[in-house]
Amino acid sequence: MYSEKVMDHFTNPRNVGEIENADGVGQVGNAKCGDIMKIYLKIENDIIEDVKFKTFGCGSAIASSSIATEMIKGKTIQEALELTNKAVVEALGGLPAAKVHCSILAEQAVKAALLDYAQKNNIEIKGLEDFNPDADHHEHHDEEIDE
Amino acid sequence: MSKRVYLDYSATTPMKKEVLDEMLPYFTEKFGNPSSIYSFGREAKQAVDTARERVAKLIGAKTNEIYFTAGGSEADNWAIKGIAYANKDRGNHIITTKIEHHAVLHVCEYLEKNGFDVTYLDVDKYGLIDLEVLKNAITDKTILISIMFANNEIGTIQPIKQIGQIAKERGIIFHTDAVQALGNVEIDVDELNIDLMSMSAHKIYGPKGIGALYIRKGVKIHSFVHGGAQERRRRAGTENVPGIVGFGKAALMAMENMDHHINHLKMLREKLIKGIMEKIDYVRLNGHPEKRLPGNVNMVYEFIEGESLLLSLDMVGIAASSGSACTSGSLDPSHVLMAIGLPHEIAHGSLRLTIGDFTTEEDIDYVLEQLPKIVDRLRQMSPLYENVKGGQK
Repeated sequence: MYSEKVMDHFTNPRNVGEIENADGVGQVGNAKCGDIMKIYLKIENDIIEDVKFKTFGCGSAIASSSIATEMIKGKTIQEALELTNKAVVEALGGLPAAKVHCSILAEQAVKAALLDYAQKNNIEIKGLEDFNPDADHHEHHDEEIDE
Repeated sequence: MSKRVYLDYSATTPMKKEVLDEMLPYFTEKFGNPSSIYSFGREAKQAVDTARERVAKLIGAKTNEIYFTAGGSEADNWAIKGIAYANKDRGNHIITTKIEHHAVLHVCEYLEKNGFDVTYLDVDKYGLIDLEVLKNAITDKTILISIMFANNEIGTIQPIKQIGQIAKERGIIFHTDAVQALGNVEIDVDELNIDLMSMSAHKIYGPKGIGALYIRKGVKIHSFVHGGAQERRRRAGTENVPGIVGFGKAALMAMENMDHHINHLKMLREKLIKGIMEKIDYVRLNGHPEKRLPGNVNMVYEFIEGESLLLSLDMVGIAASSGSACTSGSLDPSHVLMAIGLPHEIAHGSLRLTIGDFTTEEDIDYVLEQLPKIVDRLRQMSPLYENVKGGQK
């Protein structure tokens, strides 16, 4: 059901943990839906020097957060902002349709952490003006069957 | 991965060698159609008759009250639709529970769209229905009560005899889905006042694709498949002879092994529950502590999610199942875990381990060695576990 890449990131997740006195912390999702992602950022001179994550969720939620941290580490804030859920899915070698929301969560967790950084430092980050970390990311895809 | 431990017997069981041996000739040399009058047909018919007798004997029924189906879901569909439409002149009300298998729930939802009223009874935190609530739910339009014998997820066994008694006193037909209970609980349809009962072969070490519906003589029910005269004209179509033979053999073996089987499963179940409780914090048992299937261990592991638990167990060769949303493709955890009142975030961390005849003490030891490591690893990754480590919760 999962690609090798997903299983690799689930089995050996990169950058698990917390950063003490992180410059930005973002948490998205909720336990009710079964997944929460929390991302910690260490930012110096606009560069993401370090990133860690903690995730409560299924295999693809853990893999999505792991690969997202890998994709933004060492990048500039603007580059990190360009991380899309689609890029996460591609980097993972695909996700089952029902699991795509995990990649959306990963994108949102990164943005939420950057927003926190912006607010702490009283700066504006271009591209985050309309971002709402509490927005519902879930969509239903139930098939309708005639009876 | 060398070691493999199968702990999902409630999903399906491996077929026993003896069952396979008995089935094999009916694919090849004894291939006849039971409806044919020549010797090839007669030997096939004889085999079907013997199997029917064996299944009947396992549940204390008469041979002509057993109707073979393609499995448990078909039996549920037939029982509920067949009774509803055959008795609609008497009323349009059906009573069931919130924790039924989808083969019952979705049929009831279908009937609701077609003029029937359905009451879905609540269950308590152990998954048991309240008999007083059941009595009060009955109206003069109630034609059918359908309540499962034992729950597939949490293993809770309902007070079937009392439910049957209530139905009998009010002249209401009582159906029970006994797919999980068959072979794991002593069943006598007369003593338990059961009018219809769904069964499946592959849960009792028989083949997949074959099941049966017990229909008490005299119960008014519509035919399920119209066509030939098979199954007393109620379910037409050439019989699945090898499947039926396999079901018969599995039923015979279940009857002969019942006591040993139950004791073996219970012993391993208690060892597993005790071991998990000792080795892992923040766990709880779902379902009733005593009124439960002998092989069912359904527990919640707080702060982690079930699918990641399943994947991790699979990597060390352990096969299990979970009521987490992420294993079902929907966003909600299992309807059963919701019905027993578990909050969403707790229900997501459920894991069902079901034990069977081929499970050994070594298998349980292996799980008790692997599971705590896996739970710990996932908890270290979980943002929900952070506050707990410091001692606060």
